[in-house]
Amino acid sequence: MAIGTGIGAAETPPVTADAPVPGRRRAPRLRIPRSPKVLTGLGLLVFFVLLAVIGPLVAPYDPSASLSSTNGVPQPPSAAHWLGTTQTQQDLLSQLLVGGRSTMLVAVMAGLVATALSVIIGVTSGYVGGLVDDLLSMVINIGLVLPALPLLIVMTGFLPKDANPSDLLIGLIISLTGWAWGARVLRVQTLSLRNRDFVDSARIAGERGWRIISFEILPVLVPIIASSFLFTVIYGVGTYTALAFLGLINGTHWSWGTILFWAQSQTAAQNGYWWWWVPPGVAVALLGTSLALLNFGIDEFINPRLRTAGLSRRRARKTGLPRRFPLGVTPVTRPRAPLPAAAGRPAAEETSS
Amino acid sequence: MILLARRIGFYLLAALVAITLDFFIPRLMPGNAVAAALANLHSQFTPATIKALELQYGVGTDQSLWTQYLHYWNSLLHGNMGISTSHYPATVTSVISAGLPWTLGLVGLATVISFTLGTVLGILVAWRRGTALDNLLPAMTFFQAAPYFFIAIVLVAVFATKLGWFPAINAYDQTLVTPGWNWAYISNVLDHAILPALTIVLASAAGWIVGMRNVMVTTMDEDYVLVAQAKGLPKRRVVNYAARNAILPSVTGFSLAIGFVVSGALLTEVVFSYPGIGYILQQAVLERDYPLLQGVFLIITFAVLTANLIADFAYVLLDPRTRQEA
Repeated sequence: MAIGTGIGAAETPPVTADAPVPGRRRAPRLRIPRSPKVLTGLGLLVFFVLLAVIGPLVAPYDPSASLSSTNGVPQPPSAAHWLGTTQTQQDLLSQLLVGGRSTMLVAVMAGLVATALSVIIGVTSGYVGGLVDDLLSMVINIGLVLPALPLLIVMTGFLPKDANPSDLLIGLIISLTGWAWGARVLRVQTLSLRNRDFVDSARIAGERGWRIISFEILPVLVPIIASSFLFTVIYGVGTYTALAFLGLINGTHWSWGTILFWAQSQTAAQNGYWWWWVPPGVAVALLGTSLALLNFGIDEFINPRLRTAGLSRRRARKTGLPRRFPLGVTPVTRPRAPLPAAAGRPAAEETSS
Repeated sequence: MILLARRIGFYLLAALVAITLDFFIPRLMPGNAVAAALANLHSQFTPATIKALELQYGVGTDQSLWTQYLHYWNSLLHGNMGISTSHYPATVTSVISAGLPWTLGLVGLATVISFTLGTVLGILVAWRRGTALDNLLPAMTFFQAAPYFFIAIVLVAVFATKLGWFPAINAYDQTLVTPGWNWAYISNVLDHAILPALTIVLASAAGWIVGMRNVMVTTMDEDYVLVAQAKGLPKRRVVNYAARNAILPSVTGFSLAIGFVVSGALLTEVVFSYPGIGYILQQAVLERDYPLLQGVFLIITFAVLTANLIADFAYVLLDPRTRQEA
């Protein structure tokens, strides 16, 4: 179903509406829809990646250092401390800058490992079928229903008390609970691909199983794998922040969740120290939003029916589509031809409630 | 009802896996944290308690892993999850049963509200596709991406600290009311529950809205919806036809979502110091109360599995096709 359009786009160079320039016949394999949503997401993501790379280098102070022993009250933002200070006079801007790298590292690590796991398990399950499929689907389904955060809390809770686990280890542990969703989606898609003609012909031509999987099936699954990766990174950001917020991560292991942990334990919200908890919370939410916006782009790539919703009104008028689509008519791409049903819009549609 | 029987079997299996994980995790994690924690407790507890805890975690025993596993099952089936080291001498079971009603009430109610609200809004957004309502979607994304506890902190700062409309912590005011079936107590409890419930609704409704909208957009292209409209049926009934079919994937997606909602609710409780399972869990983490930690994990898992089972029952009720096979 949805994947059908993915194949069309990937295999045959489509005559796209926006690439009619003669002499420049590109065959775009992965056309990311250039909607404002995707561009915003991309811009934000670039910002956060830069932050993770240079953040710790430009941080003005040591995030753990107590800069003044005389003052026991958090200071609001000032020229010396742009984001203010904590109870023990640590510089919050430095904490935010340093914490960004850890947050991103853990999330990306979790995303990479979990996506690899979901591809291996999901595609194997869907392609091999039979008893292997039954067993693996059962594992996938159990992975889906077990509540992830409590399981993670138990796992990290049993790490030695004073240990300062590396970001990569935390990412690895988080990935153990984040692969099942992707695996299920990939399994279903592989099942539907397994008996397509192009896979059959490869099989008849005597291709080996692993070759069919990696050269025939995986390329078609790329958008779904990418979407699953982004989803898992969002999950990683949220989960890591939650674990640190609960105090499961060493309190000097700076991440945005750690800042929130200290803010919560000093009741910053109740005391009106907004500069303490707003920046890390907004940063987590914006990072998640940027990834989710990119995911919208991939969703619209996979399922073009969602795409028209993203057309602006002016754009819609330009392409000759009615501003509101009557039922039964979803322009799948941006059609040049007039829509057959557009003329006969039911009267019920006009008298909208 | 073969389908339901198979689902029940699956959830039993999942519970078995959870229980087994619960047994093995403390034994497999590197750097024996339990032994270190127990060594700290020697001064405070009776030797018998220490002995029981050591037995529970297989510290310093020469029993085989299998014997320990059987022993663990035996105590679990007798409802014995050990002694809570931070609430000593209370048992884990009693600590959990004190907190469970608060969480069940809060999360159950908030989830029902959020699911209903999200589904209705999702239908609306899909139906009015291409209008200003579409602009809601990116805003939804922000709420979906924001951690539950961040939304909770914002609500506390605005509605409790700044405006003073609602209390910021606890489930009821112990200085003002005594628990019982009187209006003063009940209204106090509701007053304290509004902000935590609002947090869960705000954070989880976005997921239902987006999910429902996406399925609804696809369903509205089905032939039967076109036929219904061509027949000149009133708009309400056409929407109804489409929505009833679009809601099925939402119910299926419930199993995926409920885990997230419960996790988020646990964190929400921490922010509000709401005396439910989440708050107990955080105390257990901070105090290194391992038996309590594990007991809470099991209880949450069982609750989530039960919620899934209820969703499956709802699915069978909603979709006649599943009933025909039986």
